Amino acid sequence: MVKTIKGIAASDGIATAEAYLLVQPDLSFDKKSISDADAEVSRLKDAIATSDAELTKIRDVAKVSLGEDEAQVFDAHKMILADPEFTGAVEQEIKDQSVNAEQALDDVSKNFIAIFEGMTDNPYMQERAADVRDVTKRVMAHLLGVELPNPSLIDHEVIIIAHDLTPSDTAQLNKKYVKGFVTDIGGRTAHSAIMARSLELPAVVGTNTITGDVKDGQTVILDGLNGAAIIDPSDEDIKKYDKMAKDFSAQKAEWEKLKNEATVTADGKHFDIAANIGTPDDLEGVIANGAEGVGLYRTEFLYMQSEELPTEDDQFEAYKTVLEGMKGKPVVVRTMDIGGDKHLSYLPLPEEMNPFLGYRAIRISLDRQEIFRTQLRALLRASAFGQLRIMFPMIGTLAEFRSAKKIFEEEKAKLVEKGVEVSDHIQLGMMMEVPAAAILADQFAKEVDFFSIGTNDLIQYTMAADRGNEHVSYLYQPYNPSILRLVKHVIDSAHAEGKWAGMCGEAAGDNIMVPLLLGMGLDEYSMSATSVLRVRSLMKKLSTADLKELAERAVNESITNEDNKKLVESYINK
Amino acid sequence: MEKKEFHIIAETGIHARPATMLVQAASKFASDINIEFNGKSVNLKSIMGVMSLGVGQGADVTITADGDDAADAITAISDTMTKEGLAE
Repeated sequence: MVKTIKGIAASDGIATAEAYLLVQPDLSFDKKSISDADAEVSRLKDAIATSDAELTKIRDVAKVSLGEDEAQVFDAHKMILADPEFTGAVEQEIKDQSVNAEQALDDVSKNFIAIFEGMTDNPYMQERAADVRDVTKRVMAHLLGVELPNPSLIDHEVIIIAHDLTPSDTAQLNKKYVKGFVTDIGGRTAHSAIMARSLELPAVVGTNTITGDVKDGQTVILDGLNGAAIIDPSDEDIKKYDKMAKDFSAQKAEWEKLKNEATVTADGKHFDIAANIGTPDDLEGVIANGAEGVGLYRTEFLYMQSEELPTEDDQFEAYKTVLEGMKGKPVVVRTMDIGGDKHLSYLPLPEEMNPFLGYRAIRISLDRQEIFRTQLRALLRASAFGQLRIMFPMIGTLAEFRSAKKIFEEEKAKLVEKGVEVSDHIQLGMMMEVPAAAILADQFAKEVDFFSIGTNDLIQYTMAADRGNEHVSYLYQPYNPSILRLVKHVIDSAHAEGKWAGMCGEAAGDNIMVPLLLGMGLDEYSMSATSVLRVRSLMKKLSTADLKELAERAVNESITNEDNKKLVESYINK
Repeated sequence: MEKKEFHIIAETGIHARPATMLVQAASKFASDINIEFNGKSVNLKSIMGVMSLGVGQGADVTITADGDDAADAITAISDTMTKEGLAE
């Protein structure tokens, strides 16, 4: 039976493949007293042997598909399996307590997890608790005879079905076989969605029910254009979507022709379209789509993909690769934006009631200066290899910007004194995402070199609505005049001081928002690489003279988000 | 029984990769091999044991090996210590 599940279109494209359920099975068990300890121990040994064989296979596949570094974690897991202090203790527990292997494994594992988690002065060791948990899960699954999903073993084309995908889940997926994903939760701005766009994989998120609707191996059509998943499609459906996919690629081919052209409006005004990236690997997409720069390099992935703080040299290599790869085009690097919904296992942050309003981004950087200074040194050293611009996230007060700038100047002076080559033309800017800063943009504009408006957070903070919470998702209103007024004030303030203003949030690539932003005179538009050519094609058809008036009306006369959506739509359809 | 002391110079002490290397080196031998630090002794063939010792920079540790290949084991472990930059 054909079933259509609606969700939020999170990343363009259409794919048809088998479903792969990335869901954790039920690992609950009952405690039992046993009489034949030897039989129980041999059951344990079998489960360990099967787990070990499985890990060997996973490691070998991961080494080829993901690289040596990602594969290492499975070696660590194998060592825990082979550890006499661990498995020996489980055997001992079975014999001493006459309990079943599941209970003994659970006891011993909990014991070790408690020891490791107790080492609060050693974040690395705290992280090992997660390894013990993972290994325990695998052995437990084999004891119970249930199957664990092993996404890194995927060897045929699939569509991943999951409740949610964390950045580390997505990092483990092999792009060769994963054709897209559908999740229960999340919105267009969730990190899983952003990741999908950066990997150029179609995705539908926020379906609420997909993990319960589809079974492993069923055929699924993923429609990332309209936000739907079609389970067990009919031949007709497959035909229809094949055509849609073809039309979509034909349109992409049309856009493709604009790859090497500058971004110019119908009335000859030039604007910059840049791309957002998370890692140096994303450069390929940036170049393939002809972006005129990198408008947002999210450096937190360097921290999130590592098991300890990335060293100055590791960071330097990453920044240098990006700067060299862009061949002199500007690269805006955002300093570490950890906190909020992004966590580091090796840098435990206090539990907070409101993490998005708490200890995050520049607030951490100014407090934990050793981390911040290391990043700035790496950036300064890399500045010799291209056109570097640095921006600080979550700046709310001038004092914060001044402190960050002062630290930057100190590190620069130290490097210069040591004779290290450092560029003298590094622009220093800030993200505009805290309403307090946006309102005071005229004052900030005197001290910064540029602003980059982060729409997702600016909207979330202005509307007081958590961007991850589906119950309040109606308040994500990028065209609301209150948001547009802030945006316009930021742009005007920058221009009054001869500075430039860009936007690096999702809205910068939005078909409704772009005409309004052009009308307000925004200079730089940074978006997912896959959106660059679509927006360049859109801008070619627009004339800034008309749009100025349109933007004036949107800011001064409209009352609602809907008003402005209709305003732009009727203008474009004319 | 063979015995040797090491002064740990690595900035991060014995953790992560070096611990893995030591355990791998020790596991190649039949002898019982232990590492002692701060009055606590653990099996050097156990990654969780070694890591739970929490050996930091500047620590003095004693490795003991008991068995037919004890002397070879100590040599191999010394090599690993130097190679991994754990001790001089």
